[in-house]
Parts: sequence; C-alpha cells; structure tokens
Amino acid sequence: MPDAIPVDSVGLVTPQIAHFDKPLMLTCGQTLASYQLIYETYGTLNQDASNAILICHALSGDHHAAGYHDMADKKPGWWDSAIGPDKAIDTNRYFVIALNNLGGCCGSTGPTSINPETKQVWGADFPIVTVEDWVESQARLADLLGIQTFAAIVGGSLGGMQALEWSIRFPERLKSAVIVASAPKLSTQNIAFNEVARQSIRRDPDFFDGRYLDNESVPTNGLGLARMLGHITYLSDDAMGAKFGRQMRHEEYQYNYGIEFEVESYLRYQGEAFTKRFDANTYMLMTKALDYFDPAAQTNGDLAAILSRAQCEFLLVSFTTDWRFSPERSEEIVNALIKAGKAVSYAKIEATEGHDAFLFPIPRYMQAMNSFLTRIADQVMPSASQGESEHAR
Amino acid sequence: MRADLEIIDEWIQPNIRVLDLACGPGELLYHLINHKKVSGYGLEIGSEDLNTCIQKGIPVLEQNIDEGLQNFEDQSFDLVLMTHALQQFRRPDLLIDEMLRIGKECIITFPNFGHWRSRLHLALKGRMPVSEFMPYNWYDTPNIHFFTFQDFERLCHEKDIKVLRWAAVDGHLKDHWWIRSMPNLFSETAIFHISRKA
Repeated sequence: MPDAIPVDSVGLVTPQIAHFDKPLMLTCGQTLASYQLIYETYGTLNQDASNAILICHALSGDHHAAGYHDMADKKPGWWDSAIGPDKAIDTNRYFVIALNNLGGCCGSTGPTSINPETKQVWGADFPIVTVEDWVESQARLADLLGIQTFAAIVGGSLGGMQALEWSIRFPERLKSAVIVASAPKLSTQNIAFNEVARQSIRRDPDFFDGRYLDNESVPTNGLGLARMLGHITYLSDDAMGAKFGRQMRHEEYQYNYGIEFEVESYLRYQGEAFTKRFDANTYMLMTKALDYFDPAAQTNGDLAAILSRAQCEFLLVSFTTDWRFSPERSEEIVNALIKAGKAVSYAKIEATEGHDAFLFPIPRYMQAMNSFLTRIADQVMPSASQGESEHAR
Repeated sequence: MRADLEIIDEWIQPNIRVLDLACGPGELLYHLINHKKVSGYGLEIGSEDLNTCIQKGIPVLEQNIDEGLQNFEDQSFDLVLMTHALQQFRRPDLLIDEMLRIGKECIITFPNFGHWRSRLHLALKGRMPVSEFMPYNWYDTPNIHFFTFQDFERLCHEKDIKVLRWAAVDGHLKDHWWIRSMPNLFSETAIFHISRKA
C-alpha cells in the first residue's frame, strides 16, 4: 500500500454503478432486458462536457484503471502509470471514465450476475457479447453522464479494438482515438491461442459446462492454465530470458516434474493468482469477443472502406517486441486510414516487454500519447485548458 | 521558414494530397496544412522530430524509408516531397522510382556537391569537403551518396523523368542570377520538381 498517496495519483476513488432498463439487443441475437455497468471517473467534467476521455480495457482489465480504493491497497489501478495529474492522460485537463465491460466479472452484468428470468447465476448461459455490443453499452453510459462527444477514446489491445469500433459506429461522438498495440482483427494464430485457452477451461472437470458456481466449484486448473498460456504470449522471448534465464530452484537438477526453473514457478503463480480474481466464463467470453471482431467484414474485407466513415483523428502505437499484436497489425490500420485519407499518426516504440509493453510507462510512448492528447485538449477546450493548468499550479 | 522551403511553397497548389518523406520536425507540412489546406502525412524515424510533429498536429508516421514504401498505393498522392534527405538513403535511384510511383509529381531538394567550394576543398586540400551546411566527417556522415546538380539532371534523363522546373540557391538559400546561369558550380542546394513523362 502507499504510505501516502503519490502526488501524481488520482488518489482514492470509489466505483459507481449505472443501471440500464432499456433492453440491449446484442449482436448474437439475444437481448439483455436490463443490466448494470460499474465505472470510475477521474478528474472533473467541464461545463460543456467537452473534456471526457473513455478508457476501454483489454481482456482481463476492469473499471479500476487508476488510483486506490483503499489506503490498504497493495497496487493502484491497472493503468495508473498513464492516468493522473500531469501524466500522459492528464486528469488536470481531462475527465476520464473507465468501466468494466458487459460480460465482465468485476461489477458489471456478466456470467456471475443473477439472470432475472431464472433468478439463478447466468454462468455459461450469459449471452456472448461482442466489441460492437460493448461500444453500444458504452455510448449509453456516455448518454447517462451527459457526454455527447468524447475528446478521446483510448484503449490497448482489445481496448484498442473498441476505440476503433467507436470511430466507425459513432463517428460524430469522438474527436480522437488512441489505439495501442491492437489489430483490425485477430490472426489465425491468435484465434488458435484463444481456442487452447478455452479448451483448457472447458476440459477442467471443475468447469461443469460453465455451471461451476451452482456446483460450488471453480475451474482453477483450466483457468490457471489459460492464463499461463496467455501470459507467455504477452511477453517477449527476450523479456522472459532477461527476467528468468535458466535460473533454477535448486542447485542441481532434480530429475522429476516439480519446479526446476524459476519461470515455471512464475507461470504457476501467475495462473493461480488470476483464478482468484477472474471468472472462467468471463474469460471465455472475452476471448470470443476478440475472435469475432472484424469490422472490415461489412465491406468485404476492405478496412479502408469501413474506416472512411471515421471522422476523428487517430494515434496508433505499437511495440517492437510485441508478437501477439505485432507492429504489422497496427500498420494494417494505419495504412487503411491513409488510404481513407484520415488524419493518423503512428509511433512504433522500441520496447523489450512484448505485448505487455502497452501497460508500461515507456517514456517515448507516454510522450507520444501526452503530446497527442495535449493538442486535442487545446483544440476541444481552447480557453479552458489554460485556465485549468493555472488552477492546477 | 527556410528559404528553400519558401521556394517549394510557391510551387505547391492548395488542397492537394502530400506525402513528405523524412519530414523532420514538419516545418513545411505544418505550413502547407495550415496555409494551403493540403492534407498529408510526414514520414520520419527521429523520435524528437516525431514528437514535435504529433505536438503540432501534423499526421506523422514512424517508418523507415530504406525498408520500403510498399504500403503506399500507386499514384495515391498528388505530390511526394523530400527535402535534403535523398543523399542519406541506400538507393536514391530506386527511391525516386518509388516516389514517382506513389506521387503524380515530386519535389526533391539536395545539397549540390559540385559547388565550387567543395571542388576547391577537394582539389587543394585533397580531403573530403566539410562545410557549414554539410558539417560531417566522411566516416560519420549520414550523407552516404554524394552527387551534383548535373548528376541529378543526368539521372532524370536516363530514367526518362521530366523536370518540370528547378531552382538553385546558395548557402544562405538565396537565389542569384549567377547561380541560375551555372547551377552546378554555384548552387549549394538544388531543388527539382519532377514527374513521369506522360
């Protein structure tokens, strides 16, 4: 826990819950009669509601993006390195919203919620939601908060896909999109990784076809294994090598199946820790949302054609050692935006951390995002930004 | 704005689509976007320059030109620009081909190594010229191809490239009659506006 809240932290934050009674028609054909979204906000919404930024989370993220819930918290929110006063996403200027997506397991309606029709836990019966459904539900949250147009919508990985979808679905509702370490659709290899993750969960005898909560069990082995696999793909070979090398648990080989190498211990720990905070059905659902995302399918695979609807400015960022969402995948988006004649800037950041790099405060990456968002701030609130920075001093 | 950029500015029509290769801090693009309403992108790999462009709102792409420009479609820009950079790339001849594939027209500026001072330097001192404008030693210079005004003209001729117009300026980037009369000897910077012959 922090002895004192750091000065560049948003401080103590309290999540809020928004209820929606207007039915949400999902891409899969099912309808959610009502649902709730849990979210946090940082900074202050200005009078004309022009300074809002929406943060979209990735596979295992949630609404707690910055600050602390309690002075006893060991760690701040998952993107605290980027969100805060004078940070890349500057809460002195901006009003930042982070939510837990529909289907999540951190307070928004999802597989662990009660199905109002059956009065039982949804479990595996929770309908599969897509990136499009998330964007629709995020737009409703924006309506509720009185935000017509976002200054920026920001996301990494699966979060970047949501920002991209926003630019297509609600082009007039965002001034800019920051898309980090993302892709216009998953590669075959990515889908394959997701399928192995799902199979490892489904084949766990404790999964009970997704009704494990009714059976008072948790498929910890399957979910842990899925996370171990995912974790390997989020790191680079170099980063793992630098962190663990062939470091051993014992001085000599034991010639058994216990833990020999430190990396094995690390992965087991990561897998196990994940099962304590994450729901297996949600994990399966999030991987499906990733698999299904392919906005260019509407225009026969022509990404530039679908992106011609966009009106916002774009900043794309990729990382050199990211092989799960490689720079080439970001460049597919960049090239389509160029073809469509859209305003786009692109930074390919030298980084050792692999896909995980998008969560690290790498100076060039933070600087690019900050430069971009500072100019957007000057554009959407030309006079206010000066006043507020005076105030901040 | 740098005087060579002012000359280029006069040659550029408003509202066109521009690609600026090795755009640096984006001085020219910024001017063109804000005063001539062009739309366009800069390509750059210097991290400070990239950041400056992002700060100024110039669309800029981090891309290494030596690794190719295949991601740009044929004739997808009205104009492809390259100021003071051609001498830094591995194959200027192939790069010019690429520029003319992507753009309907190109404007290229480069330092003229045929300038009398360079010639005198080499002739008298017997060492590679180092000048105020090209302040590098032979071993650490980013300028890996030395060529002259005439060399460039000849390349255009060999490649059947049409020179729409040219200008030649001195070290202070000023235009004088004597430079115009003998550009290969008197110009320090050469500026060419080229296209493919129809």
